[in-house]
Amino acid sequence: MAAYEPWNEQRAGEIIAAELGREGAALPILHALQAAFGHVPRDAVPMVATALNLTRAEVHGIVSFYHEFREHAPGRHLLHVCRAEACQSLGADAMHTKLRQKLGVDWHGTTADGAVTVEPVFCLGLCAVGPAALLDGRPLGRLDDERLQAELEAAS
Amino acid sequence: MSRVFVPRDAAALALGADAVAAALASHAGVVRTGSRGLFWLEPMIEVETPQGRIAYGPVAAADIPGLLDAGLVQGGPHRLRLGKPEDLPFLIGQTRFTFARCGVVDPLSLDDYRAHGGLKGLARAIEAGPAAIIDAVAKSGLRGRGGAGFPTGIKWKTTADATGARKYIVCNADEGDSGTYADRMLMEGDPFALIEGMAIAGVAVGAAKGYVYTRSEYPHAIAAFDAALAIARREGLLGSNVLGSDHSFDIEQRVGAGAYICGEETSLLESLEGRRGQVRAKPPLPAHKGLFGMPTVVNNLVTLASVPFILSEGPEAYQAVGYGRSRGTMPIQLAGNVKYAGLFEAGFGLTLGEIVNDIGGGTRSGRPVRAVQVGGPLGAYFPPALFDTPFDYEAFAARDGLVGHGGVVVFDDTVDLAKQARFAMEFCAAESCGKCTPCRIGSVRGMEVVDRIMAGQKVDANIALLTDLCHTMKFGSLCALGGFIPYPVMSALTHFPEDFRVPQKVAAE
Repeated sequence: MAAYEPWNEQRAGEIIAAELGREGAALPILHALQAAFGHVPRDAVPMVATALNLTRAEVHGIVSFYHEFREHAPGRHLLHVCRAEACQSLGADAMHTKLRQKLGVDWHGTTADGAVTVEPVFCLGLCAVGPAALLDGRPLGRLDDERLQAELEAAS
Repeated sequence: MSRVFVPRDAAALALGADAVAAALASHAGVVRTGSRGLFWLEPMIEVETPQGRIAYGPVAAADIPGLLDAGLVQGGPHRLRLGKPEDLPFLIGQTRFTFARCGVVDPLSLDDYRAHGGLKGLARAIEAGPAAIIDAVAKSGLRGRGGAGFPTGIKWKTTADATGARKYIVCNADEGDSGTYADRMLMEGDPFALIEGMAIAGVAVGAAKGYVYTRSEYPHAIAAFDAALAIARREGLLGSNVLGSDHSFDIEQRVGAGAYICGEETSLLESLEGRRGQVRAKPPLPAHKGLFGMPTVVNNLVTLASVPFILSEGPEAYQAVGYGRSRGTMPIQLAGNVKYAGLFEAGFGLTLGEIVNDIGGGTRSGRPVRAVQVGGPLGAYFPPALFDTPFDYEAFAARDGLVGHGGVVVFDDTVDLAKQARFAMEFCAAESCGKCTPCRIGSVRGMEVVDRIMAGQKVDANIALLTDLCHTMKFGSLCALGGFIPYPVMSALTHFPEDFRVPQKVAAE
């Protein structure tokens, strides 16, 4: 489980400055901001734009293009479940439907108590041990309803 | 203290390898390795004995006390004892050129890498010079392992001949195809092979900087490769004097952000330059105007990692295996509902049936195999009737399929191919970069049409419409996403028509 920093303009400025020397720095900057704050805060967008000599619209365009960048902080735990074909062949779809019903969330949603955010991904490269997921970055394989539930309970 | 090798491959971690390593820590010298790629046996641990390594698996942390009592560190008998790993049938049948060290060496030990034949290719390349390197790569017959199968030697020659203020080597490690994990395994299990391959490419075309674009879904590969880069710089494999020569070469890893389209080479370049990953029209080719407008080699990770072998063992050794115009080996990745899921590196030419039934052992569920998707989400679904198709770029293309990056996803008889066709369109809609209309709009319309077919509405008319739409997408899209998504859709429709004509309980409309 990741602890994110509260929004801090000065800190955001430092993060941006640290990555600015790289060629094509937009993605490294956005990744660094998300690692610190858990998402790419709206207030950071004009700062990134100024630093990269882009318009705010262009930076928003980059943030919104990539599925990985979030505009809101996730719950205390982040669950990435694989929706791709190899996991489908092992019954992942039905497992995901049950999971989302049980948690009361849709894709990208966070449970009402703020415990878990469920993100769909298309492939984790764990296709030989599916159905697969990443829970707070920890790989999980050969999941079924019970095992996934147990992992979530153990984490919280 | 005896050494015990425990994989740190992400798939082994997903099955509890960390807990196994922790349970062993106070009893043996634990060395973390990559995976040999026999995932039904993971976590598979190996103990070093005077007779060689002895493997045990699949091992759970709870098995460790019993294993230790049975004399694990001496290779003692136990129900989980597998014997010498290299004698396992799954490994005997392979031709491991590119993945020879994966699962064997400590991925972060350059000494280990050297001891297992590493850096010989780069040393020979530096000695031979650019023209001879390109000649060797061309002679080997190596073709792009990302799926397009373009001759690597020609790509390198084009970049070498192009003029630019600077040149780049870009490694495409945005391995987004479902059913593929070869790039991930190599980055976690033998990262120096990629570094060596990229350095050889740098010498060949005159590039001093390389980028590896790794997908963000691979946190363990990212960490392993960054650690390897730091070691490579410290040990003089990268830097201003590569292996003591006058060549300067460094590599930087960049992390994607969950966009499948960034596996398309021009979209990847846009992303590296800091923009939305939208596809560029070609020409100009990246070899002429690639990253930041400079001549750039963009190669798949497996392509680059195959090069050290070609230089060290000679192009003839590589060229000698294969089938037709597909020379050398391909890491076939068995995935999904398959009994023996794993990485099987072999020369091209095995039939799909041999791969799925003989090597893969059929389904994990024990039910009959009904469909196999080869080549990721843009690959065709093949029925067992096409199992005589040899694994070869041309043979798959001739049957309206593709080899892609070598992923083979097996489905049993519970699969609904209409649902899979719908998913293909849904995936394309979610991942389209939006630049061209056939892909952006066609995928959404395609999803709607499949929905209507599945609901039993005007089935004949809608199948005709779907066929027409697929034709438009195939020939009108800018890149392979919109251009190839007709493969899974049309193969489902052609080979499994019964799934699209389910009798409706209630007449629709």
